[in-house]
Amino acid sequence: MPRVKVDGVELEVPQGATVLQACELAGKEIPRFCYHERLTIAGNCRMCLVEVKPGPPKPQASCALPTSEGQEIVTNSLTVKKAREGVMEFLLINHPLDCPICDQGGECDLQDQAMAYGRGHNRFHENKRAVTDKYMGPVVKTIMTRCIHCTRCVRFAEEVAGAEEIGAINRGENMEVTSYLEGAVTSELSGNVVDLCPVGALVSKPYSFEARPWELRKIPGIDIMDAVGSNIRIDARQREVMRVLPRINEDLNEEWIHDKTRHAVDGLLRRRLDRPWVRRDGKLQPAIWGEAFEAIAERVRGAGGDEVAAIAGDLCDVESMYATKALLGRFGSKLHECRQDGAKFDVSAPAAYRFNSTIAELEIAPVILLVGANPRWEAPLVNTRIRKAVKAGARVFHIGPEIDLTYPVTHLGGDLSALGTLSQEVRDAFTGRENTALIVGMGALVHDGAYEAARTAATVLGATFNLLHTAAARMGALDLGFVTDGGVDAIRARAGALRALFLLGVDETDLSAFADTFTVYIGTHGDQGAKVADVILPAAAYTEKHGTYVNLEGRVQISEQAVDPPGEAREDWTIIRALSDVLGRTLPFDTLSQIRAAIAAERPHLAVTGISAVEPLAAAKGPAPSVQGAIAYPVQDFYLTNPIARASPTLQRCSEEILHGQTFQEAAE
Amino acid sequence: MTIAPLADNDRIFTNVYGFQDWGLKGAQMRGDWDNTAALMAIGQDAIIDAVKASGLRGRGGAGFPTGMKWGFMPKEPKPGKPNFLVINADESEPGSCKDREIIRHDPHKLIEGALIAGFAMRARAGYIYIRGEFIREAETLFAAVQQAYDAGLLGKNAAGSGYDFDLFVHRGAGAYICGEETAMLNSLEGKKGFPRLKPPFPAGAGLYGCPTTVNNVESIAVVPTILRRGAAWFKGFGREKNEGTKLFQISGHVNKPCVVEETMSIPFRELIDRHAGGIRGGWDNLLAVIPGGSSVPLVPAAQIMDAPMDFDGLRELGSGLGTAAVIVMDKSTDIVKAISRISYFYKHESCGQCTPCREGTGWMWRMMERLREGNADVGEIDLLWDVTKQIEGHTICALGDAAAWPIQGLIRHFRPEVERRILEKEGRTLKAAE
Repeated sequence: MPRVKVDGVELEVPQGATVLQACELAGKEIPRFCYHERLTIAGNCRMCLVEVKPGPPKPQASCALPTSEGQEIVTNSLTVKKAREGVMEFLLINHPLDCPICDQGGECDLQDQAMAYGRGHNRFHENKRAVTDKYMGPVVKTIMTRCIHCTRCVRFAEEVAGAEEIGAINRGENMEVTSYLEGAVTSELSGNVVDLCPVGALVSKPYSFEARPWELRKIPGIDIMDAVGSNIRIDARQREVMRVLPRINEDLNEEWIHDKTRHAVDGLLRRRLDRPWVRRDGKLQPAIWGEAFEAIAERVRGAGGDEVAAIAGDLCDVESMYATKALLGRFGSKLHECRQDGAKFDVSAPAAYRFNSTIAELEIAPVILLVGANPRWEAPLVNTRIRKAVKAGARVFHIGPEIDLTYPVTHLGGDLSALGTLSQEVRDAFTGRENTALIVGMGALVHDGAYEAARTAATVLGATFNLLHTAAARMGALDLGFVTDGGVDAIRARAGALRALFLLGVDETDLSAFADTFTVYIGTHGDQGAKVADVILPAAAYTEKHGTYVNLEGRVQISEQAVDPPGEAREDWTIIRALSDVLGRTLPFDTLSQIRAAIAAERPHLAVTGISAVEPLAAAKGPAPSVQGAIAYPVQDFYLTNPIARASPTLQRCSEEILHGQTFQEAAE
Repeated sequence: MTIAPLADNDRIFTNVYGFQDWGLKGAQMRGDWDNTAALMAIGQDAIIDAVKASGLRGRGGAGFPTGMKWGFMPKEPKPGKPNFLVINADESEPGSCKDREIIRHDPHKLIEGALIAGFAMRARAGYIYIRGEFIREAETLFAAVQQAYDAGLLGKNAAGSGYDFDLFVHRGAGAYICGEETAMLNSLEGKKGFPRLKPPFPAGAGLYGCPTTVNNVESIAVVPTILRRGAAWFKGFGREKNEGTKLFQISGHVNKPCVVEETMSIPFRELIDRHAGGIRGGWDNLLAVIPGGSSVPLVPAAQIMDAPMDFDGLRELGSGLGTAAVIVMDKSTDIVKAISRISYFYKHESCGQCTPCREGTGWMWRMMERLREGNADVGEIDLLWDVTKQIEGHTICALGDAAAWPIQGLIRHFRPEVERRILEKEGRTLKAAE
């Protein structure tokens, strides 16, 4: 722990801290462009210059300089000020200064720091450099004349995203940042370069010229595009969500989000269900709420316990599922199920279906075995953690069809049977190591016996057992007990006997079995579920309601409402509550706090944010059942996994261009 | 202390003009590879001590004591982290052409030096990074290294010394910046030739993250002779702290441009008169001299004439010895244009990694171009001075300094000339308007 002096104030800094970090600990703000906490140090912008004694008699780049005992750091001298002003002037001479038409305006590092270090006037009388814009794909718009060559995007693509597709060509003042052959960057994390760019060179393509940052309300939310539960900031203007940005959460998404999280928001405006619909004479007709409820009541009144059922989709919040379960309970029905993908696993204890390693701890895992999981598509921010672990020396074994996970893996075959015949090499790799992890994906768990086989393998290898869920609603539903024996197939088997089936945004499963069943679809988008529905009740999307979500680790998180639902759409749980009235089985909660209190009374851990402590998973006993079967990953198209994403033109285009190789001609601007 | 002239029998580079065979046979006749094992038998630390005692300062331009640099290398390399020697043959400094002559005509001096230096710093292997434009030179060097391998002078039990040492020749692709030591390491690793941040210094983490020393060709090539003739012999030339002999490369407005080995600290006048046939048009016609390659500030005639040509002597004049590439300019020179051309060179060769150099070199060159024509305001001379000061010392590597210094030298010594052009131009436009 070296002791250093920053502007005369002595303080102790952690071993290995840089001078910049020491200055920050001392409360000094150091301007910077290229330095970023989560990327390697480039030291190329030269904005963070400070004076350091002992050392050469010239200012030093504080971001790259390690602290040492007895160092004296000066951040406020005239030399430092002049040096920074000089660098700022250099950055600005070839910068177009087109702030009035720049999307970064108002949240631009260069703008902010020019206020502190910029000259009031221009001494540069030559022609400014102009750079042709580059094509970087459907989500990143480039205005490369604004680029200050900090190389954050280059380093991000190489180090975090694992797509070495951004780089700099040419040298000197002709240096240009570009993507490989000016193709779309094929990373699902590419949108993050927009956040990283300290100027307006890389900006969001769908968001371009849409809004100014000072017009936006910023609401903390939780992402539901996958089960990671990334923390997001929802930026809304009036009734519209303009964009989604990451919120820092070191335990989950750090400060990244993937492109689906970022760009699904334009799907919130399209294909929306904004009024109730009732099927009359074989056709869906617009209706008012009373008519829709009455149509349901006609069918359901007097129904027995095994005559009403419900399936929860992938995007539901805990409140809506709790209300649905409570309503079904009034009928005496236990036919409620959340695993619409047909995965089979033990739901008796939380540890049996959680991601027990936790996402952050995955970083320190020395050996990881992936079984039927494609984390790159099923949970991209889990994949970045695995990539981090690999960079730190971890080994990854993989069972499932071969895919590019952005890091090297040892492939053990595409069939589940590989799980029963783990080679000595795999066993040796796990032996005697701590924090090892076995991650089972839903692609494996649809096979009978796969869960048990994986549990046994985890016990044999001494690895922490993890389930990689793909749906944001899944863990909340499991914690609520929103499951039934036999899973979704059991409900299918009873299709003929059902008086009513409630679908809570169910769009990812085969609903043909329910063609003759009276189905009530409560959801946001006119997608698969709405097609077969007899009554459609329009609900609120994740940005339009207060909701509790549980991520794959079992972490309870609360998302806030950013905007109102469109048209006559209502928050899901209030729909159920209102319906219960019409059905004569009134549920005992009228407000959000009342339903949350009811949930807390039944499942106390769901009322506390964070990961609740649970009984550790017992070792699997007995021999593993022999399993086999070709693994197919549940996510076939990363960009189009849910109704919101499918409604988004941006993500449709991402899918067509990045996954299906379609090229788009852009009109020259 | 002997200062000029250097006796023929004290010359290290006896084939610098290529009158004899460059190959192994010729080299051996000139005394190279003569019982190299015996030179190495004195031990690694003894070699480093001898180089320290000889007062040899790095010949690449900065003049850092070579022996001290070798002493920074770990004495016992960690397993998996071998020491490396990298020899900088990326001679791209405008005006410099000494390494070229060594490689062309005396490559075995370099190879033998590489073995001894590599042995002294416990290097497993050496890399010679040769400039991309040196096509014939690279061919010669490849052939010479092959000759050495064939004769058992490199590789396992190199030269019968019991030490295993490999030497690789790597060709650059023609970027000036790759002559910067850390950019060279990146280039050797197959990366972009961007200078690295220091610390860590190459002696701690250099090539492939292993301890590395980067030395100039001439620094390495003189080592065998220093060991053969003794450190005291080498130290006997030149002034204190500037000892030894040095290859001077005299170009420009002299009657006989040449590369010549002389003692350090030789007065400029004697160097030119003895070896270069005097200044074109006589000494009164001398305008200025760039004494150490394009990156050092120029020195006006009056100050340089009797100055000693060594590191400290030229530093006192606000310039530097650099690589001892002496560029002589007589009074026919358009001095502003000359410096502007140098500015263009640095603008062209800036790697673009860090801000002051990337943005500043272009700005300086454009201003220089306008000053050349007088198409500027007198106040812009001060602005240009300010810009050079904003670059100097604020960059990752020394290219920023190298781009700034020639302009500083110009403004320091030739400001009246620059102002004259501006005023003349203004006068002409005034007349035209009338």
